[in-house]
Amino acid sequence: MDLTLSPSEQQFRDEVRDWIEANHPGPEPEAGLEEVMAFRREWQLKMHAAGWAGISWPKEYGGRGATMIEQAIFVGEAARLEAPSPANVLGLAMGGPVVIAHGTDEQKARYLEPILTGEEIWCQGFSEPESGSDLASLKTRAVKDGDEWVVTGQKVWTTFAQYAKWCMLVARTDSDAPKHKGLTYFLMDMEQEGVEAKPLVQITGEGEFNEVFINEARVPHENIVGGEGNGWSVAITTLMNERAGLAFGAIAQIANNLKRLGALAAETRVNGGTAAEDPVFRQRLAQLHIEAETMRLNAYRGLTKTMQSGIPGPEGSLGKWQWADINQRIAELALDIEGAYAPLMRGDEHAVSGGAWQYSFLRSRANSIEGGTTDILKNIIAERVLGLPKMR
Amino acid sequence: MYFDLTDEQQAIKATAHDFLAARYKSERVRELADSENGFEQSDWDEMAELGWTGLALPEEWGGQGLGIVELAVLFEEMGYALAPSPLLSNTVAGLALSLCGSDDQRERFLRPLAEGKLRGTPALWDAGTRGTIGEFAMEARADGDDVVLDGEKVLVMDAIGADFFLVATADGRRHIVERDAAGVSIAPATGIDLTRRLYSVRFDGVKVGAAESLPAAGEDYYPVFFRICVALAAESTGIAQRTMEMAVEYAKDRQQFGRPIGSYQAVSHRCAQMLLETENARSAVYGAAWAADAEPESLPRAASMAKAYASDAGWRVPDASIQVHGGIGFTWEHDLHFFLKRGRANAAMFGDAKWHRERVADAVLAEPAGA
Repeated sequence: MDLTLSPSEQQFRDEVRDWIEANHPGPEPEAGLEEVMAFRREWQLKMHAAGWAGISWPKEYGGRGATMIEQAIFVGEAARLEAPSPANVLGLAMGGPVVIAHGTDEQKARYLEPILTGEEIWCQGFSEPESGSDLASLKTRAVKDGDEWVVTGQKVWTTFAQYAKWCMLVARTDSDAPKHKGLTYFLMDMEQEGVEAKPLVQITGEGEFNEVFINEARVPHENIVGGEGNGWSVAITTLMNERAGLAFGAIAQIANNLKRLGALAAETRVNGGTAAEDPVFRQRLAQLHIEAETMRLNAYRGLTKTMQSGIPGPEGSLGKWQWADINQRIAELALDIEGAYAPLMRGDEHAVSGGAWQYSFLRSRANSIEGGTTDILKNIIAERVLGLPKMR
Repeated sequence: MYFDLTDEQQAIKATAHDFLAARYKSERVRELADSENGFEQSDWDEMAELGWTGLALPEEWGGQGLGIVELAVLFEEMGYALAPSPLLSNTVAGLALSLCGSDDQRERFLRPLAEGKLRGTPALWDAGTRGTIGEFAMEARADGDDVVLDGEKVLVMDAIGADFFLVATADGRRHIVERDAAGVSIAPATGIDLTRRLYSVRFDGVKVGAAESLPAAGEDYYPVFFRICVALAAESTGIAQRTMEMAVEYAKDRQQFGRPIGSYQAVSHRCAQMLLETENARSAVYGAAWAADAEPESLPRAASMAKAYASDAGWRVPDASIQVHGGIGFTWEHDLHFFLKRGRANAAMFGDAKWHRERVADAVLAEPAGA
């Protein structure tokens, strides 16, 4: 047992840390998504030039071929130093790995490089208005027409669809097959008639996500990934990639938020003292620190296990559940500490901390929904880790 | 970075698991729970044979020279089996003598303790006080070079089978008092936990020679205290693991409305919560155990985190398991109540969750905001 980094891991961490500190472009622009995307494109180009884009990808595909622990270190340091997100986050985390795992040589040659440079942004077309957690019930249909497929349907929660060139689209190609079997994974060009993205305004007032309306859009047969009818298993690879490695970024993000929460408690006056002296706030703050530490240690245990066995286990579901829960409770405690000022948000001169905690409180409501709801994660844990019988 | 047990540690775990599973089947635990002293000398002799009485004590003094990680491995299994045994109290006495005793005291008391020939137990909290960590009421009244002890200690573990007590006094010292010393009287307490017995021990003008007072005082005992917190938290983790497994097995078998109750989310999600709490407790315990062995400066915070978390999980998981079992879980006939009771008693011992969280709050709020 050794919970410290080895000398070579430490050296890698220092290299990452030095590079991010030297190249960090500062905080993201607050105004407008357009500005944010331009800022992130520039950051991704810098990352790519230094060889940090696609860090988990094999070297032969332009990646860094980093070990799992190196990926964990990189993600952790980037989150700790609050480096911006790269513009093409879905292409790097999901699209590339799926093409590498299931794509043809032609697909690899065509798609991978522009993902790394951020020249082509990717989005994910999985969820539909009537197919959320029950993804395999999706209804978007693709019908073969010569060398092409004609796609009709609607997708939702599509992050950055308005900027995307390619959509990782799962559509039903065989309506007679059982629901998991009749699906196919396509790469759909977003820049065509028949594809329309409309931002969906969320409870924070922003529009990170979109609805995508697809009306007889055309996708060449050669854009199928992993073969016709194999869409479900290809999609699962995508989701596994989404979860792997994220834990260490989440841990660093929580650590930063806990520091800010401690600072808020120290500067907030309560009952003639500070919130940091209030016994109830202290208990809640300590409990959050304790649970954040268990999350960090669980991730270390998971990483050790994955490095030994080669596959991330379903235990990863625990980390995602815990992250959502802790993140939400941090913001809830912050608003309780703000007390009567809790209703004031960004844009109000009397808002505490510029209204940052009100934003966190609202944004974190999605944490237990996005990327697998906590309720579904509990099903996965019950069925795959504990071996309990399937529901129904 | 490698966060898992080594092959040697896995071997210790397997040996402990198999030995304890063979010794402490349900009927046997019940027999001991009903017995006068609550444990069996022959079990103790076997544990001594396995090296458990001196597991984390220096080889120089007859111990195995292993670390707190190995100790945590052992106590997790002790909790899993709900072994009725004075091993915890004896470990407290052993670590106190090892870390805070004089060489003469180590020779006379630690070596035989490590070898399983003498048993010791701490006598810390005074009748009529709240039992606050580190605060003791009994005076060490000077009488020439000796001290004289008067008063009643409560919540003393395994007193009847102990050969000596380590008695805490208001000046923060500990004094070795043999059970047979003049003026010592022992009365069993009526506790919720039938598998770990508590006693009150009266000291009426008990004389302690200078050679029997330990040279350390006050915060010198923190390294002992935090290591014991880790061992106790490990025991509670074992309790959580076992009662979670019981719930999962029951939820697979028990049928209602024509299907196993584990297929209902009200039940399966409760089981998932039990897994989360058990795994969190385990991570916190081994993180703290590793700190004790490799990074002692971070032990106090890590141990408080582990004890706070496992204090809660150690009774909430058995409690949730009772709920999954329904009516049968509430009967004396089912074993779950023994686990719930041990878990709840553990939560109160050596600082409860609230006390340890307060220490964590102290540590995290002391850090500069920019660090």
